[in-house]
Amino acid sequence: MEMIEIRGLTKSFGSKVALQGINIDIAEGEFLTLVGPNGAGKTTLLRILATLTRPTGGSVRVAGFDLVGQGAEVRRHIGLASHQTLLYDDLSAEENLRFYGRMYEVAELEERITALLQRVGLEHRRHDLVRTFSRGMQQRLAIARALLHDPAILLLDEPYTGLDQQAAEVLREVLVALVGRSRTVLMTTHNLERGLELCHRAAILVNGRIVYQAGQGDLDVASFREVYSNHLHVSRFTFYGGVGR
Amino acid sequence: MNFLRKVLAIVQKDIAVELRTKEMLSSMFVFALLVIVIFNFAFELRVEDVRKVTPGVLWVTFTFAGMLGLNRSFVLEKDRGCLEGLLLCPVDRSAIYFGKMLGNFIFMTVVEAIILPIFSVLFNLSLFRPGLLLIVVLGTLGFAGVGTLFSAMAVHTRAREVMLPVLLFPVVVPAMIAAVKATGGILDGQIFSEMAHWLRLLVAFDVIFLAISFMTFDYVVEE
Repeated sequence: MEMIEIRGLTKSFGSKVALQGINIDIAEGEFLTLVGPNGAGKTTLLRILATLTRPTGGSVRVAGFDLVGQGAEVRRHIGLASHQTLLYDDLSAEENLRFYGRMYEVAELEERITALLQRVGLEHRRHDLVRTFSRGMQQRLAIARALLHDPAILLLDEPYTGLDQQAAEVLREVLVALVGRSRTVLMTTHNLERGLELCHRAAILVNGRIVYQAGQGDLDVASFREVYSNHLHVSRFTFYGGVGR
Repeated sequence: MNFLRKVLAIVQKDIAVELRTKEMLSSMFVFALLVIVIFNFAFELRVEDVRKVTPGVLWVTFTFAGMLGLNRSFVLEKDRGCLEGLLLCPVDRSAIYFGKMLGNFIFMTVVEAIILPIFSVLFNLSLFRPGLLLIVVLGTLGFAGVGTLFSAMAVHTRAREVMLPVLLFPVVVPAMIAAVKATGGILDGQIFSEMAHWLRLLVAFDVIFLAISFMTFDYVVEE
């Protein structure tokens, strides 16, 4: 079963075209890593999938639900971890998770909160305000928030950015567990080693277009990096209108 | 019931954050206090003048103080990235609107409840009349209802602190006129039927703008 079906997706901000006819299918249990330079459209794509931004054209179905017409159902099936933690500084770790748990109608919420805080190594800080946490600890709590309702699809927007070693290890363990439980993951990253480590498929997004896709069998970091560099070179060449200008 | 539970969760969250930071309540209260003290000195009021200017001074105080609170309401969510956290929740987005609106209404009402006795003392006038409390509630509800929608709209703009009053004041003029006139009627000892049309205007304003906000909030918060 396809958990994410994207057909001819376009997104424009005024005259600026961010996505130009994206087509991607991501199956249940599949882990897709999306790499691309800054401004390629990775974050825009994830924001559209998270129903935070409306697409300009094309169709998107997430977990079988239409993205535009059934936004609340789509949101029930996704978890998002992005650059921002989406946490309230003036609430404790426990209060943050309790609030989001109530919004997601999580069953047996207190047990779930305890389990997640233990999983991300923050059980001992559960009553402390988020504003007293380090960046890495806040990011770990953000991961717990994204997993609170046990989403079928996890969207990760450059999740390793700004993480300390411990937080990066926690995230890796979480991702390994998700892959083991056949959860669908779409991750954008600049870090090829991290990105290719666990994924089943990787794709390169440049100037709003998917320019390359490779399955697990073809994925060694060195060759993928070479392909990525070639596509970046081509995109710059196209952008500047040719060599010498 | 699910809808109400989520509205309640947002209200409780806002109250919990406010009780911890006291950012909105303290700034609204101090500002309102300064306004009534300045008006008190500026007018050099004599007893026979009080009833004429009191309704206007009272509602200027409430609306300007309320504006401060409304400005902070979505700015706190936006600056911490939490607005996206709210928008990601699997809930009709009108629940977010009603949660935030009720929170703003509660904070404004708390400040008004503290300011009214001080106002009574400074202006040497008893404001504790059931009719006046009804007008304060209706006026505040209308102001918070429209203000929450425009606050969500203004938070995406660059000059958001300026944008909110520019957007909001022209729209709330009918409600403010009705509130001032009805307050004046109460203080002048008019009977209910003499000022019923102002109360009807206030109720109609509240119903219409709460309905419009309910229908349009989804489009306002989405990029």
